[in-house]
Amino acid sequence: MPIVVERVSHIYMEGTPMAKVALRDVSLTIEDGEFVGLIGHTGSGKSTLVQHFNGLLMPTSGRVYVDGVDLTDKHTSLRAIRQKVGMVFQYPEHQLFGETVFEDVAFGPRNAGLEEREVEARVKEALEMVGLDYSALKDHSPFELSGGQKRRVAIAGVLAMKPAVLILDEPTAGLDPEGSADILSKIQALHGAGKVTVIMVTHSMEDVARMSTRLVVMEQGGIVFDGAPREVFTQVELLKEMGLGVPQVTELMHELKGKGLPVQTNILTLEEAEAELVRVLELKRHGTV
Amino acid sequence: MALFKNITIGQYIPGNSAIHRLDPRTKIIGTVLLIVLLFMVDSFLGYALAAVAIFGIVQLSEIPWRIILRGLRPLFVILLLTVSLHLFMTEGTPIFRIWFIEVTWEGLFRGVMMGVRLALLVMGTSLLTLTTSPINLTDGIESLLKPGKRIGVPAHELAMMMTIALRFIPTLLEEAEKIMKAQMARGADFQSGGLMQRAKSLIPLLVPLFVNAFRRADDLAIAMEARGYRGGEGRTKFKELHFGQADAIALGVSIAFVVLVGVLF
Repeated sequence: MPIVVERVSHIYMEGTPMAKVALRDVSLTIEDGEFVGLIGHTGSGKSTLVQHFNGLLMPTSGRVYVDGVDLTDKHTSLRAIRQKVGMVFQYPEHQLFGETVFEDVAFGPRNAGLEEREVEARVKEALEMVGLDYSALKDHSPFELSGGQKRRVAIAGVLAMKPAVLILDEPTAGLDPEGSADILSKIQALHGAGKVTVIMVTHSMEDVARMSTRLVVMEQGGIVFDGAPREVFTQVELLKEMGLGVPQVTELMHELKGKGLPVQTNILTLEEAEAELVRVLELKRHGTV
Repeated sequence: MALFKNITIGQYIPGNSAIHRLDPRTKIIGTVLLIVLLFMVDSFLGYALAAVAIFGIVQLSEIPWRIILRGLRPLFVILLLTVSLHLFMTEGTPIFRIWFIEVTWEGLFRGVMMGVRLALLVMGTSLLTLTTSPINLTDGIESLLKPGKRIGVPAHELAMMMTIALRFIPTLLEEAEKIMKAQMARGADFQSGGLMQRAKSLIPLLVPLFVNAFRRADDLAIAMEARGYRGGEGRTKFKELHFGQADAIALGVSIAFVVLVGVLF
Protein backbone atom coordinates (compact mmCIF):
# COMPACT_ATOMS: atom_id res chain seq x y z
CA MET A 1 0.00 0.00 0.00
CA PRO A 2 2.26 2.78 -1.21
CA ILE A 3 1.94 6.32 0.06
CA VAL A 4 2.60 8.99 -2.51
CA VAL A 5 3.09 12.59 -1.49
CA GLU A 6 3.01 14.95 -4.42
CA ARG A 7 4.34 18.49 -4.11
CA VAL A 8 2.71 19.03 -0.74
CA SER A 9 2.93 22.34 1.09
CA HIS A 10 1.32 23.03 4.41
CA ILE A 11 0.80 26.40 6.04
CA TYR A 12 -0.49 26.61 9.59
CA MET A 13 -2.88 29.45 10.45
CA GLU A 14 -2.96 30.56 6.85
CA GLY A 15 -4.19 34.09 6.38
CA THR A 16 -3.31 35.32 9.87
CA PRO A 17 -0.23 37.20 11.04
CA MET A 18 0.83 33.93 12.71
CA ALA A 19 0.91 31.99 9.45
CA LYS A 20 3.76 29.52 9.43
CA VAL A 21 4.97 27.43 6.54
CA ALA A 22 5.53 23.91 7.87
CA LEU A 23 6.06 22.04 4.60
CA ARG A 24 7.29 23.40 1.28
CA ASP A 25 6.73 21.47 -1.88
CA VAL A 26 7.52 18.03 -0.48
CA SER A 27 7.35 14.98 -2.75
CA LEU A 28 7.94 11.49 -1.44
CA THR A 29 6.91 7.92 -2.19
CA ILE A 30 6.89 5.25 0.45
CA GLU A 31 6.76 1.70 -0.87
CA ASP A 32 5.44 -1.44 0.79
CA GLY A 33 7.70 -3.07 3.31
CA GLU A 34 9.99 -0.14 3.87
CA PHE A 35 11.18 0.92 7.30
CA VAL A 36 11.53 4.65 6.94
CA GLY A 37 13.35 6.65 9.57
CA LEU A 38 12.35 10.31 9.54
CA ILE A 39 14.74 12.64 11.27
CA GLY A 40 15.07 16.38 11.57
CA HIS A 41 14.99 19.18 14.09
CA THR A 42 12.02 20.08 16.18
CA GLY A 43 9.96 22.22 13.82
CA SER A 44 11.47 20.76 10.65
CA GLY A 45 8.06 19.49 9.56
CA LYS A 46 8.34 15.77 10.37
CA SER A 47 5.20 15.55 12.46
CA THR A 48 3.29 17.73 10.02
CA LEU A 49 4.35 15.50 7.14
CA VAL A 50 3.32 12.22 8.75
CA GLN A 51 -0.08 13.63 9.64
CA HIS A 52 -0.72 13.99 5.93
CA PHE A 53 -0.28 10.25 5.46
CA ASN A 54 -3.65 9.46 7.05
CA GLY A 55 -5.51 12.65 6.32
CA LEU A 56 -5.33 14.16 9.79
CA LEU A 57 -3.93 17.21 8.08
CA MET A 58 -4.82 18.30 4.59
CA PRO A 59 -2.19 19.91 2.40
CA THR A 60 -2.52 23.60 1.66
CA SER A 61 -1.44 22.62 -1.84
CA GLY A 62 -0.43 19.35 -3.45
CA ARG A 63 -1.83 15.83 -3.22
CA VAL A 64 -1.48 12.72 -1.09
CA TYR A 65 -2.35 9.25 -2.37
CA VAL A 66 -2.65 6.18 -0.19
CA ASP A 67 -2.95 2.98 -2.19
CA GLY A 68 -3.89 5.09 -5.17
CA VAL A 69 -6.70 6.90 -3.35
CA ASP A 70 -6.49 10.67 -3.31
CA LEU A 71 -6.85 11.85 0.30
CA THR A 72 -7.50 15.43 -0.73
CA ASP A 73 -10.63 14.32 -2.58
CA LYS A 74 -13.71 15.31 -0.58
CA HIS A 75 -15.37 11.95 -1.23
CA THR A 76 -12.54 9.86 0.19
CA SER A 77 -13.50 8.07 3.39
CA LEU A 78 -10.73 9.12 5.73
CA ARG A 79 -11.91 6.73 8.41
CA ALA A 80 -11.25 3.82 6.10
CA ILE A 81 -7.79 5.19 5.31
CA ARG A 82 -7.02 5.60 8.99
CA GLN A 83 -7.72 1.95 9.62
CA LYS A 84 -5.04 1.13 7.06
CA VAL A 85 -2.53 3.79 8.04
CA GLY A 86 -2.15 3.50 11.80
CA MET A 87 -0.62 6.38 13.67
CA VAL A 88 1.00 6.39 17.09
CA PHE A 89 1.43 9.94 18.31
CA GLN A 90 4.13 11.28 20.59
CA TYR A 91 3.46 10.28 24.19
CA PRO A 92 0.51 8.13 23.10
CA GLU A 93 -0.22 7.22 26.72
CA HIS A 94 -1.59 10.75 27.15
CA GLN A 95 -4.53 9.70 25.00
CA LEU A 96 -5.59 6.71 27.08
CA PHE A 97 -9.17 6.99 28.26
CA GLY A 98 -10.65 3.53 28.71
CA GLU A 99 -11.92 2.20 32.00
CA THR A 100 -9.94 -0.93 31.33
CA VAL A 101 -7.00 -1.79 29.15
CA PHE A 102 -9.34 -3.92 27.06
CA GLU A 103 -11.78 -1.05 26.45
CA ASP A 104 -9.01 1.25 25.39
CA VAL A 105 -7.37 -1.12 22.95
CA ALA A 106 -10.78 -2.15 21.59
CA PHE A 107 -11.63 1.45 20.65
CA GLY A 108 -10.08 1.28 17.17
CA PRO A 109 -11.48 -2.11 16.14
CA ARG A 110 -14.93 -1.14 17.43
CA ASN A 111 -14.87 2.07 15.45
CA ALA A 112 -14.12 -0.08 12.44
CA GLY A 113 -17.42 -1.83 13.11
CA LEU A 114 -15.98 -5.26 13.82
CA GLU A 115 -17.89 -7.98 15.62
CA GLU A 116 -17.26 -8.35 19.33
CA ARG A 117 -15.56 -11.72 18.89
CA GLU A 118 -13.18 -10.29 16.30
CA VAL A 119 -12.57 -7.25 18.51
CA GLU A 120 -11.55 -9.52 21.36
CA ALA A 121 -9.19 -11.49 19.15
CA ARG A 122 -7.63 -8.27 17.86
CA VAL A 123 -7.15 -6.85 21.36
CA LYS A 124 -5.53 -10.07 22.54
CA GLU A 125 -3.24 -10.22 19.55
CA ALA A 126 -2.29 -6.54 19.80
CA LEU A 127 -1.49 -6.72 23.50
CA GLU A 128 0.63 -9.79 22.93
CA MET A 129 2.44 -8.09 20.06
CA VAL A 130 3.62 -5.35 22.43
CA GLY A 131 4.58 -7.93 25.03
CA LEU A 132 1.79 -7.46 27.56
CA ASP A 133 -0.03 -10.27 29.32
CA TYR A 134 -3.59 -10.16 28.00
CA SER A 135 -5.35 -12.09 30.74
CA ALA A 136 -3.46 -10.37 33.55
CA LEU A 137 -3.92 -6.82 32.34
CA LYS A 138 -7.11 -6.62 30.30
CA ASP A 139 -9.32 -5.67 33.25
CA HIS A 140 -6.90 -3.21 34.82
CA SER A 141 -7.36 0.52 34.51
CA PRO A 142 -4.74 1.80 32.08
CA PHE A 143 -4.03 4.63 34.51
CA GLU A 144 -2.68 2.20 37.12
CA LEU A 145 0.08 0.92 34.86
CA SER A 146 3.69 2.02 34.73
CA GLY A 147 4.83 4.54 32.12
CA GLY A 148 6.30 1.91 29.84
CA GLN A 149 3.23 -0.29 30.10
CA LYS A 150 0.92 2.63 29.36
CA ARG A 151 2.92 3.39 26.24
CA ARG A 152 2.61 -0.22 25.13
CA VAL A 153 -1.13 -0.27 25.71
CA ALA A 154 -1.42 2.88 23.62
CA ILE A 155 0.61 1.34 20.80
CA ALA A 156 -1.51 -1.81 21.03
CA GLY A 157 -4.54 0.43 20.56
CA VAL A 158 -3.25 1.29 17.10
CA LEU A 159 -1.97 -2.19 16.25
CA ALA A 160 -5.40 -3.65 17.02
CA MET A 161 -6.66 -2.03 13.82
CA LYS A 162 -4.15 -4.16 11.89
CA PRO A 163 -2.82 -1.26 9.87
CA ALA A 164 -0.76 -1.96 6.75
CA VAL A 165 1.32 1.11 7.47
CA LEU A 166 2.40 2.01 10.98
CA ILE A 167 3.51 5.57 11.70
CA LEU A 168 5.26 6.20 14.99
CA ASP A 169 6.11 9.68 16.18
CA GLU A 170 9.04 9.36 18.57
CA PRO A 171 7.83 6.12 20.13
CA THR A 172 10.58 6.01 22.75
CA ALA A 173 10.48 9.63 23.96
CA GLY A 174 10.65 9.79 27.73
CA LEU A 175 11.20 6.06 28.30
CA ASP A 176 14.15 4.59 30.16
CA PRO A 177 16.79 2.76 28.08
CA GLU A 178 15.34 -0.65 28.82
CA GLY A 179 11.81 0.43 28.02
CA SER A 180 12.80 2.06 24.77
CA ALA A 181 14.97 -0.88 23.66
CA ASP A 182 12.00 -3.10 24.34
CA ILE A 183 9.55 -1.00 22.32
CA LEU A 184 12.00 -0.74 19.45
CA SER A 185 12.56 -4.48 19.33
CA LYS A 186 8.81 -5.00 19.19
CA ILE A 187 8.55 -2.57 16.30
CA GLN A 188 11.39 -4.25 14.50
CA ALA A 189 9.79 -7.65 15.01
CA LEU A 190 6.55 -6.34 13.55
CA HIS A 191 8.33 -5.04 10.51
CA GLY A 192 10.43 -8.19 10.26
CA ALA A 193 7.29 -10.31 10.12
CA GLY A 194 6.64 -8.56 6.82
CA LYS A 195 3.20 -7.36 7.73
CA VAL A 196 3.68 -3.65 7.99
CA THR A 197 5.44 -0.72 6.46
CA VAL A 198 6.93 1.35 9.27
CA ILE A 199 7.51 5.09 9.28
CA MET A 200 9.28 6.21 12.43
CA VAL A 201 9.95 9.80 13.43
CA THR A 202 12.90 9.91 15.79
CA HIS A 203 15.83 11.93 17.05
CA SER A 204 18.03 8.92 17.60
CA MET A 205 20.57 8.36 14.84
CA GLU A 206 21.47 5.04 16.44
CA ASP A 207 17.92 3.71 16.16
CA VAL A 208 17.63 4.86 12.57
CA ALA A 209 20.98 3.35 11.67
CA ARG A 210 20.13 0.02 13.23
CA MET A 211 16.55 -0.39 12.13
CA SER A 212 15.53 1.54 9.06
CA THR A 213 15.94 0.60 5.43
CA ARG A 214 15.57 4.18 4.35
CA LEU A 215 16.39 7.46 5.97
CA VAL A 216 14.67 10.75 5.22
CA VAL A 217 16.17 13.91 6.67
CA MET A 218 14.04 17.03 6.89
CA GLU A 219 14.97 20.61 7.46
CA GLN A 220 12.82 23.72 7.39
CA GLY A 221 9.86 21.98 5.85
CA GLY A 222 11.76 20.26 3.06
CA ILE A 223 13.51 16.94 2.48
CA VAL A 224 17.26 17.38 2.36
CA PHE A 225 18.41 13.75 2.28
CA ASP A 226 16.60 10.61 1.25
CA GLY A 227 18.38 7.29 0.91
CA ALA A 228 19.78 4.25 2.65
CA PRO A 229 21.08 5.18 6.12
CA ARG A 230 24.58 4.11 5.14
CA GLU A 231 24.49 6.52 2.22
CA VAL A 232 23.00 9.42 4.13
CA PHE A 233 25.36 9.07 7.07
CA THR A 234 28.36 9.63 4.80
CA GLN A 235 27.32 13.30 4.86
CA VAL A 236 28.82 13.76 8.30
CA GLU A 237 29.72 17.42 7.89
CA LEU A 238 26.39 18.49 6.41
CA LEU A 239 24.41 16.60 9.01
CA LYS A 240 26.46 18.18 11.77
CA GLU A 241 25.92 21.59 10.26
CA MET A 242 22.19 20.95 10.55
CA GLY A 243 22.76 20.10 14.17
CA LEU A 244 21.79 16.48 13.65
CA GLY A 245 25.00 14.48 13.62
CA VAL A 246 25.48 10.80 12.84
CA PRO A 247 25.51 7.67 15.02
CA GLN A 248 28.26 7.78 17.62
CA VAL A 249 30.14 4.83 16.13
CA THR A 250 30.06 6.41 12.68
CA GLU A 251 31.47 9.59 14.16
CA LEU A 252 34.14 7.61 16.02
CA MET A 253 35.23 5.93 12.81
CA HIS A 254 35.45 9.30 11.10
CA GLU A 255 37.65 10.62 13.88
CA LEU A 256 39.86 7.54 13.83
CA LYS A 257 40.33 8.01 10.12
CA GLY A 258 41.15 11.66 10.74
CA LYS A 259 43.86 10.53 13.15
CA GLY A 260 45.36 8.35 10.45
CA LEU A 261 43.89 4.91 11.07
CA PRO A 262 42.80 3.53 7.67
CA VAL A 263 39.30 2.42 8.70
CA GLN A 264 36.15 2.38 6.62
CA THR A 265 33.81 5.14 7.73
CA ASN A 266 30.48 3.79 6.47
CA ILE A 267 29.94 1.99 9.75
CA LEU A 268 26.57 2.15 11.43
CA THR A 269 26.49 -0.25 14.34
CA LEU A 270 28.67 -1.34 17.20
CA GLU A 271 29.09 -4.80 15.72
CA GLU A 272 30.25 -3.43 12.39
CA ALA A 273 32.65 -1.11 14.15
CA GLU A 274 34.08 -3.96 16.14
CA ALA A 275 34.64 -6.09 13.05
CA GLU A 276 36.22 -3.19 11.19
CA LEU A 277 38.56 -2.32 14.05
CA VAL A 278 39.62 -5.93 14.43
CA ARG A 279 40.32 -6.10 10.70
CA VAL A 280 42.41 -2.93 10.65
CA LEU A 281 44.29 -3.80 13.85
CA GLU A 282 45.08 -7.28 12.46
CA LEU A 283 46.50 -5.67 9.33
CA LYS A 284 48.51 -3.30 11.48
CA ARG A 285 49.95 -6.12 13.58
CA HIS A 286 51.10 -7.86 10.47
CA GLY A 287 52.75 -4.66 9.40
CA THR A 288 50.73 -4.31 6.26
CA VAL A 289 49.62 -0.84 7.27
CA MET B 1 -4.86 24.19 14.75
CA ALA B 2 -7.44 23.88 12.07
CA LEU B 3 -10.21 22.99 14.49
CA PHE B 4 -9.95 26.07 16.63
CA LYS B 5 -8.86 28.74 14.24
CA ASN B 6 -12.13 30.62 14.43
CA ILE B 7 -11.89 31.52 18.08
CA THR B 8 -11.11 35.23 18.25
CA ILE B 9 -12.25 36.02 21.77
CA GLY B 10 -9.22 36.23 24.01
CA GLN B 11 -6.82 36.03 21.12
CA TYR B 12 -3.90 38.44 21.15
CA ILE B 13 -2.52 39.79 17.89
CA PRO B 14 1.00 41.03 18.51
CA GLY B 15 1.80 44.47 17.21
CA ASN B 16 3.35 47.79 18.05
CA SER B 17 0.58 50.25 17.28
CA ALA B 18 -0.38 53.22 19.42
CA ILE B 19 -3.14 51.09 20.95
CA HIS B 20 -0.81 48.17 21.64
CA ARG B 21 1.58 50.46 23.47
CA LEU B 22 -1.02 51.94 25.82
CA ASP B 23 -0.93 50.94 29.46
CA PRO B 24 -3.27 47.95 29.99
CA ARG B 25 -5.06 49.88 32.75
CA THR B 26 -5.93 52.61 30.27
CA LYS B 27 -7.33 50.03 27.90
CA ILE B 28 -9.31 48.23 30.58
CA ILE B 29 -10.87 51.46 31.86
CA GLY B 30 -11.47 52.54 28.27
CA THR B 31 -13.27 49.28 27.56
CA VAL B 32 -15.43 49.65 30.65
CA LEU B 33 -16.26 53.20 29.56
CA LEU B 34 -17.19 51.93 26.13
CA ILE B 35 -19.54 49.34 27.61
CA VAL B 36 -21.15 52.01 29.79
CA LEU B 37 -21.50 54.29 26.80
CA LEU B 38 -23.13 51.63 24.67
CA PHE B 39 -25.73 51.05 27.36
CA MET B 40 -26.33 54.75 27.92
CA VAL B 41 -26.96 55.95 24.39
CA ASP B 42 -30.39 55.49 23.02
CA SER B 43 -30.38 57.10 19.60
CA PHE B 44 -28.98 56.33 16.19
CA LEU B 45 -26.74 59.36 16.30
CA GLY B 46 -25.25 58.14 19.59
CA TYR B 47 -24.55 54.70 18.12
CA ALA B 48 -23.12 56.26 15.01
CA LEU B 49 -20.70 58.31 17.10
CA ALA B 50 -19.72 55.25 19.17
CA ALA B 51 -19.21 53.29 15.96
CA VAL B 52 -17.01 56.03 14.54
CA ALA B 53 -14.95 55.94 17.73
CA ILE B 54 -14.54 52.15 17.55
CA PHE B 55 -13.65 52.30 13.86
CA GLY B 56 -11.06 54.92 14.70
CA ILE B 57 -9.53 52.73 17.41
CA VAL B 58 -9.45 49.74 15.06
CA GLN B 59 -7.63 51.85 12.49
CA LEU B 60 -5.13 52.99 15.13
CA SER B 61 -4.62 49.44 16.39
CA GLU B 62 -3.62 48.22 12.91
CA ILE B 63 -5.60 45.02 13.51
CA PRO B 64 -6.97 43.79 10.18
CA TRP B 65 -10.75 44.23 9.84
CA ARG B 66 -11.00 40.62 8.82
CA ILE B 67 -10.01 39.51 12.31
CA ILE B 68 -12.37 41.92 14.04
CA LEU B 69 -15.30 40.81 11.90
CA ARG B 70 -14.41 37.16 12.40
CA GLY B 71 -15.05 37.72 16.10
CA LEU B 72 -18.67 38.53 15.23
CA ARG B 73 -19.24 35.27 13.42
CA PRO B 74 -20.02 33.08 16.46
CA LEU B 75 -22.42 35.81 17.53
CA PHE B 76 -24.43 35.63 14.34
CA VAL B 77 -27.22 33.47 15.75
CA ILE B 78 -27.61 35.61 18.84
CA LEU B 79 -27.65 38.75 16.71
CA LEU B 80 -30.27 37.30 14.42
CA LEU B 81 -32.39 36.21 17.37
CA THR B 82 -32.15 39.60 19.06
CA VAL B 83 -33.06 41.54 15.96
CA SER B 84 -35.98 39.30 15.06
CA LEU B 85 -37.34 39.15 18.60
CA HIS B 86 -37.46 42.91 18.75
CA LEU B 87 -38.75 43.12 15.24
CA PHE B 88 -41.75 40.90 15.89
CA MET B 89 -42.50 41.53 19.55
CA THR B 90 -42.64 45.31 19.78
CA GLU B 91 -46.01 46.97 19.64
CA GLY B 92 -46.52 50.19 17.75
CA THR B 93 -47.24 51.50 14.27
CA PRO B 94 -47.48 48.48 11.98
CA ILE B 95 -45.53 48.29 8.73
CA PHE B 96 -47.13 45.06 7.57
CA ARG B 97 -48.50 41.88 9.10
CA ILE B 98 -48.50 38.28 8.01
CA TRP B 99 -51.19 36.27 9.78
CA PHE B 100 -50.56 37.09 13.44
CA ILE B 101 -47.00 38.30 13.07
CA GLU B 102 -46.83 42.04 13.05
CA VAL B 103 -43.79 44.07 12.13
CA THR B 104 -43.80 47.60 13.49
CA TRP B 105 -41.68 50.67 12.94
CA GLU B 106 -40.82 50.67 16.61
CA GLY B 107 -39.79 47.02 16.40
CA LEU B 108 -37.61 47.64 13.38
CA PHE B 109 -36.01 50.55 15.15
CA ARG B 110 -35.39 48.66 18.40
CA GLY B 111 -34.21 45.52 16.63
CA VAL B 112 -31.63 47.27 14.52
CA MET B 113 -30.48 49.27 17.50
CA MET B 114 -30.06 46.20 19.70
CA GLY B 115 -28.19 44.42 16.92
CA VAL B 116 -25.86 47.35 16.44
CA ARG B 117 -25.36 47.61 20.20
CA LEU B 118 -24.37 43.94 20.48
CA ALA B 119 -22.07 44.06 17.50
CA LEU B 120 -20.34 47.19 18.74
CA LEU B 121 -20.00 45.72 22.23
CA VAL B 122 -18.26 42.62 20.93
CA MET B 123 -16.05 44.57 18.54
CA GLY B 124 -15.08 47.08 21.19
CA THR B 125 -14.33 44.58 23.91
CA SER B 126 -12.47 42.17 21.66
CA LEU B 127 -10.16 45.08 20.82
CA LEU B 128 -8.92 44.93 24.41
CA THR B 129 -7.73 41.34 24.20
CA LEU B 130 -6.61 41.67 20.60
CA THR B 131 -4.18 44.45 21.47
CA THR B 132 -3.15 43.46 25.01
CA SER B 133 -1.04 40.44 25.79
CA PRO B 134 -2.56 38.22 28.51
CA ILE B 135 0.30 39.00 30.88
CA ASN B 136 -0.22 42.74 30.49
CA LEU B 137 -3.94 42.31 30.85
CA THR B 138 -3.71 40.50 34.16
CA ASP B 139 -1.06 42.91 35.40
CA GLY B 140 -3.48 45.69 34.63
CA ILE B 141 -6.35 43.95 36.39
CA GLU B 142 -4.20 43.24 39.42
CA SER B 143 -3.14 46.84 39.61
CA LEU B 144 -6.72 48.08 39.23
CA LEU B 145 -7.98 45.68 41.89
CA LYS B 146 -5.27 46.58 44.39
CA PRO B 147 -7.31 49.26 46.16
CA GLY B 148 -9.88 46.56 46.87
CA LYS B 149 -7.38 44.63 48.96
CA ARG B 150 -8.39 46.50 52.05
CA ILE B 151 -11.90 45.16 51.80
CA GLY B 152 -10.58 41.66 51.20
CA VAL B 153 -10.33 41.40 47.42
CA PRO B 154 -7.50 38.91 46.74
CA ALA B 155 -6.11 40.98 43.86
CA HIS B 156 -2.89 39.08 43.37
CA GLU B 157 -4.45 35.65 43.66
CA LEU B 158 -7.18 36.55 41.20
CA ALA B 159 -4.62 37.89 38.76
CA MET B 160 -2.42 34.83 39.15
CA MET B 161 -5.38 32.55 38.55
CA MET B 162 -6.27 34.51 35.46
CA THR B 163 -2.71 34.45 34.20
CA ILE B 164 -2.53 30.71 34.63
CA ALA B 165 -5.94 30.15 33.09
CA LEU B 166 -5.11 32.34 30.10
CA ARG B 167 -1.69 30.79 29.79
CA PHE B 168 -3.20 27.33 29.55
CA ILE B 169 -6.02 28.06 27.11
CA PRO B 170 -3.78 27.57 24.07
CA THR B 171 -2.10 24.60 25.73
CA LEU B 172 -5.44 22.96 26.40
CA LEU B 173 -6.68 23.69 22.90
CA GLU B 174 -3.52 22.22 21.46
CA GLU B 175 -3.82 19.23 23.72
CA ALA B 176 -7.48 18.77 22.83
CA GLU B 177 -6.63 18.89 19.17
CA LYS B 178 -3.82 16.40 19.61
CA ILE B 179 -6.02 13.96 21.50
CA MET B 180 -8.79 14.42 18.95
CA LYS B 181 -6.37 13.61 16.18
CA ALA B 182 -5.06 10.59 18.02
CA GLN B 183 -8.57 9.26 18.53
CA MET B 184 -9.52 10.10 14.97
CA ALA B 185 -6.49 8.10 13.90
CA ARG B 186 -8.19 5.20 15.68
CA GLY B 187 -11.40 5.80 13.77
CA ALA B 188 -13.20 8.06 16.23
CA ASP B 189 -15.91 10.23 14.76
CA PHE B 190 -16.72 13.48 16.53
CA GLN B 191 -18.99 14.95 13.92
CA SER B 192 -21.81 12.61 13.06
CA GLY B 193 -24.59 10.94 15.01
CA GLY B 194 -27.35 12.23 17.24
CA LEU B 195 -26.94 14.24 20.40
CA MET B 196 -26.38 11.23 22.67
CA GLN B 197 -24.04 9.63 20.20
CA ARG B 198 -22.03 12.80 19.94
CA ALA B 199 -21.88 13.34 23.68
CA LYS B 200 -20.67 9.78 24.07
CA SER B 201 -18.06 10.25 21.39
CA LEU B 202 -16.55 13.03 23.50
CA ILE B 203 -15.53 10.65 26.29
CA PRO B 204 -12.31 9.58 24.55
CA LEU B 205 -11.47 13.27 24.24
CA LEU B 206 -12.51 14.54 27.67
CA VAL B 207 -11.07 11.81 29.88
CA PRO B 208 -7.48 12.23 28.69
CA LEU B 209 -7.90 16.00 28.59
CA PHE B 210 -8.85 16.10 32.27
CA VAL B 211 -6.25 13.56 33.31
CA ASN B 212 -3.58 15.61 31.57
CA ALA B 213 -4.88 18.90 32.96
CA PHE B 214 -4.64 17.59 36.52
CA ARG B 215 -1.18 16.21 35.89
CA ARG B 216 -0.12 19.54 34.46
CA ALA B 217 -1.65 21.51 37.34
CA ASP B 218 0.28 19.37 39.76
CA ASP B 219 3.53 19.88 37.88
CA LEU B 220 2.92 23.61 37.70
CA ALA B 221 2.26 23.89 41.45
CA ILE B 222 5.48 22.06 42.21
CA ALA B 223 7.46 24.10 39.70
CA MET B 224 6.11 27.34 41.19
CA GLU B 225 6.96 26.28 44.72
CA ALA B 226 10.39 25.15 43.62
CA ARG B 227 10.98 28.68 42.39
CA GLY B 228 9.98 30.11 45.73
CA TYR B 229 6.47 31.28 44.94
CA ARG B 230 4.56 32.05 48.13
CA GLY B 231 1.79 34.33 46.97
CA GLY B 232 1.71 38.03 46.25
CA GLU B 233 3.12 39.44 49.49
CA GLY B 234 6.32 41.39 48.82
CA ARG B 235 6.53 40.16 45.25
CA THR B 236 8.20 42.56 42.82
CA LYS B 237 7.61 42.84 39.11
CA PHE B 238 9.98 42.41 36.23
CA LYS B 239 7.93 44.75 34.10
CA GLU B 240 6.42 47.65 35.97
CA LEU B 241 3.33 49.18 34.44
CA HIS B 242 3.87 52.72 33.33
CA PHE B 243 1.06 55.22 32.98
CA GLY B 244 2.46 57.76 30.55
CA GLN B 245 1.42 60.84 28.68
CA ALA B 246 -0.25 58.90 25.88
CA ASP B 247 -2.33 57.10 28.50
CA ALA B 248 -3.39 60.36 30.12
CA ILE B 249 -4.45 61.72 26.75
CA ALA B 250 -6.25 58.55 25.72
CA LEU B 251 -8.08 58.29 29.02
CA GLY B 252 -8.96 61.99 29.02
CA VAL B 253 -10.37 61.82 25.49
CA SER B 254 -12.31 58.64 26.31
CA ILE B 255 -13.91 60.11 29.42
CA ALA B 256 -14.77 63.34 27.66
CA PHE B 257 -16.22 61.42 24.72
CA VAL B 258 -18.31 59.10 26.87
CA VAL B 259 -19.65 61.90 29.03
CA LEU B 260 -20.45 64.07 26.02
CA VAL B 261 -22.03 61.40 23.85
CA GLY B 262 -23.64 59.59 26.76
CA VAL B 263 -25.31 62.66 28.12
CA LEU B 264 -26.24 64.29 24.82
CA PHE B 265 -27.55 61.25 22.96
